[in-house]
Amino acid sequence: MNTQRKLEILADAAKYDASCASSGAQRRDSTSGTGVGSTGGAGICHSYAPDGRCISLLKVLLTNRCIYDCHYCINRRSSNVQRAAFSAQEVVKLTLDFYKRNYIEGLFLSSGIIRNADYTMEQVIEVARSLREDYDFHGYIHLKTIPEASVELIEKAGEFSDRISINIELPDEESLKTFAPEKNLPRTRKAMGKIRHKIENAEEIRKERKGRNKEKEGTFATGQSTQVIVGADDSTDQTFLRRSDDLYGNYKLRRVYYSAFSPIPEPSQILPIKAPPLIREHRLYQADWLMRFYGFDAREIVSDAQPNLDLDIDPKLSWALRNRQIFPVDINKADLALLYRVPGLGVRNAQRIVKIRRYSAVKLEDLIRLRVSVKKVLPFIIAANHHPAKLEDASEAIRARFAPKPKQMELNLFTPTVENPADHFTGSPLGKVMS
Amino acid sequence: MHTVIIENGFDEWREQARKLLTSRVPPEEILWEREAGLFSDEPPLPPAQGETPTVPKEFLKLAHTVAHHASPSKWALLYLVLWRLTHGGERHLLKMASDLDLVKLAEMRKAIQRDIHKMHAFVRFQKVGEDAETGREQFVSWFEPDHEIMPLTAGFFRKRFTGMDWSIFTPTGSASWDGKEVRLGPGVERMDAPGDDELENLWRSYYKSIFNPARIKVKAMQAEMPKKYWKNLPEADLIEELIAEGKDRVSSMMEVEERPARLLNNAYLNRLGDLTAAQENPQTFREQMACCRNCPLWENATGTVLPEGPENARIMVIGEQPGDQEDLTGRPFVGPAGKLLDRFLAQAGIDRKQVYLTNAVKHFKFKRQGKLRLHQNPSVGEMKACRPWVMSEILRVQPKVIITLGATAAKSIIDPAFKITQQRGLIDRPDLAPKVVATVHPSYLLRSDIPGEEERFLADLMLAR
Repeated sequence: MNTQRKLEILADAAKYDASCASSGAQRRDSTSGTGVGSTGGAGICHSYAPDGRCISLLKVLLTNRCIYDCHYCINRRSSNVQRAAFSAQEVVKLTLDFYKRNYIEGLFLSSGIIRNADYTMEQVIEVARSLREDYDFHGYIHLKTIPEASVELIEKAGEFSDRISINIELPDEESLKTFAPEKNLPRTRKAMGKIRHKIENAEEIRKERKGRNKEKEGTFATGQSTQVIVGADDSTDQTFLRRSDDLYGNYKLRRVYYSAFSPIPEPSQILPIKAPPLIREHRLYQADWLMRFYGFDAREIVSDAQPNLDLDIDPKLSWALRNRQIFPVDINKADLALLYRVPGLGVRNAQRIVKIRRYSAVKLEDLIRLRVSVKKVLPFIIAANHHPAKLEDASEAIRARFAPKPKQMELNLFTPTVENPADHFTGSPLGKVMS
Repeated sequence: MHTVIIENGFDEWREQARKLLTSRVPPEEILWEREAGLFSDEPPLPPAQGETPTVPKEFLKLAHTVAHHASPSKWALLYLVLWRLTHGGERHLLKMASDLDLVKLAEMRKAIQRDIHKMHAFVRFQKVGEDAETGREQFVSWFEPDHEIMPLTAGFFRKRFTGMDWSIFTPTGSASWDGKEVRLGPGVERMDAPGDDELENLWRSYYKSIFNPARIKVKAMQAEMPKKYWKNLPEADLIEELIAEGKDRVSSMMEVEERPARLLNNAYLNRLGDLTAAQENPQTFREQMACCRNCPLWENATGTVLPEGPENARIMVIGEQPGDQEDLTGRPFVGPAGKLLDRFLAQAGIDRKQVYLTNAVKHFKFKRQGKLRLHQNPSVGEMKACRPWVMSEILRVQPKVIITLGATAAKSIIDPAFKITQQRGLIDRPDLAPKVVATVHPSYLLRSDIPGEEERFLADLMLAR
């Protein structure tokens, strides 16, 4: 099999992994060496596929052979897909050739489990090692690790990469039991705990050393991330958000990627065959952003009584409509934390308002110039020239203004349309916030 | 009216603006032009009046960027804002993000930054050969940015592509790198692709394969990769074909009947069911401890922190519960208190490797506050739930000496009413071990500044020798 055919199979097999970020690495470049590559700052999307996803990395599997039988996965052992395997050097060469043409800014390498977890991990690490040591490659490397692999190997993977990740795939044990019998959550969390420990240790070492000598010590990935599949099981949004809260809080993950379950060729017998609406994935990202940047607690966003997000309106508006007693908020007086909670105000604009109001009262015209959606914020704020009567609009009326117009129910599975789809580019779904 | 001609960019504008500002020429009396020749009879500049006013650094940075904008109106706008900042008396103007002139400048800057970002992203190099002498690979690219940004992007390409020779040509400027220096040059009007780079076919294959046909979001793609860039991207002419095929591919995947989920067995979970008394084999014992769910603490903790040390150790140290670091690493006494314990053990002449280290409660109990995980004392119920584990550890190891650290361990093992302040020291409990020592937890030493505490702790440890 030639490289081209392998690439087709092994890129195809990797595309269900949503992660694409190449940001947040240590600042680094190739000026002092013989190779190519630089990292640091915002990530760069070198292309976009028609699915709206950013292409910043060469995302491939080393092999799609696998001894696991995870039902949502196209590469599970009981699937009939065509199998292929790259040699480590083939991936190294592809990465360098693509990189030098500015097609990509790094490599995202994952693999099916062959023989056993440690053997597989060793193969994956060899690619990264060769790129770094044999070719002086300074570009971004993201390695997918296997929680069952030994700690030493996971640590080794961290030494050669900028980001390491372990997919939890499903948000709780019950679902894993059904869909991924070889995986288990406690083991994954343990591996994440160890990775966090290593990441923070390396940060300490770098801080103490302040770039005096560039020894191997202190070279470690700067972050970890994970992915969950939405809609393959019947977990509620509450389950997803609680799990994310657990992972962000306990293991300091950089990102949790929510990937709407996609129908795959050769589907397993126990899978739903309808794709969930992409809007659910989008709402989860919005809720995730609220938890990470806007000071919301998972319990404020979803509850036992309402365990799922409202698909028609965004979670911040939904929260505001449930808490009308807090509004209207005077944007010339309210503290920043409260401004963050106004529907239609993003983090950056809230900060700008706080700066502007030191010199002059903020009026509606100011908001227009800051490109704030005035239609959206109006019912929730008091500005210098705007005093809404209290509860001027009934919550239902506001909701109707932003919810999609009712229309003939028609399940269009093939081209689900989402306004402002914001799942996998490097920006944020709620406004410009650095991730 | 004064006509000012700027042909060469920022430095020239800065020079002129400084003169005009010192002469107090207001913005409305200046015409900024690219070429000379419109007005012939102009009054000379008035003489300088006083010092040149100082300008915030932030403005210079902004002006330096905006100077690369394609619109000729940028010079007048920059001078207007400069005037307002200085003679206009609006020193804080840059903080007023909603001021109309600043909004215009900010939009120009944003347009340039976006243009730079897109240039970093969408430049495509083609390999044209290798240098006969140095063996370095040589690459060429043609790119059409909206603004005059070649000088602003050359540094990025130099840092990223140090190990190869490259040249980039744009309509308003060019740059090339040979491993020694970057040379900036004039623009070229049009350039044809130098030829076929075979790698483009591999890249096109990759682009086709990485696309997920089950989710088509053409608008999202075009928002980030507008059509104007497509003509120089080797992969772009695949887009239409992919969108068309995508729909067919998904519908064929879904021509299967709907079916419900089915339950399967999970060996790991089944094992959890069997949590009876400790078994002979130490490995099984540890495995069962690892799966303990006798109290709710397992749920938030990362995992059971298993004991460390030889199964036939002479000394057993029983701590309270794992902390943040112990929870992450799965090992006892590795955090700050553990490091302190190591130090004192060494001072007391006890080798940590010869000690069996364990905890009265096996899971980390904590409350999350912002980014921190704050330690919380275990409840009586949680201590009770863990007690069988600790007692069976004592039975298995049969140590000559037991050291309990802190109130929790003493209460769990020795006596629920134990008072560490009054009863610390040697305890007579031959049923547990020939020698039992109760002392404070090293984390207490981290918090306490009572003089003599460290010595007392050391003295307690010496009792164990």
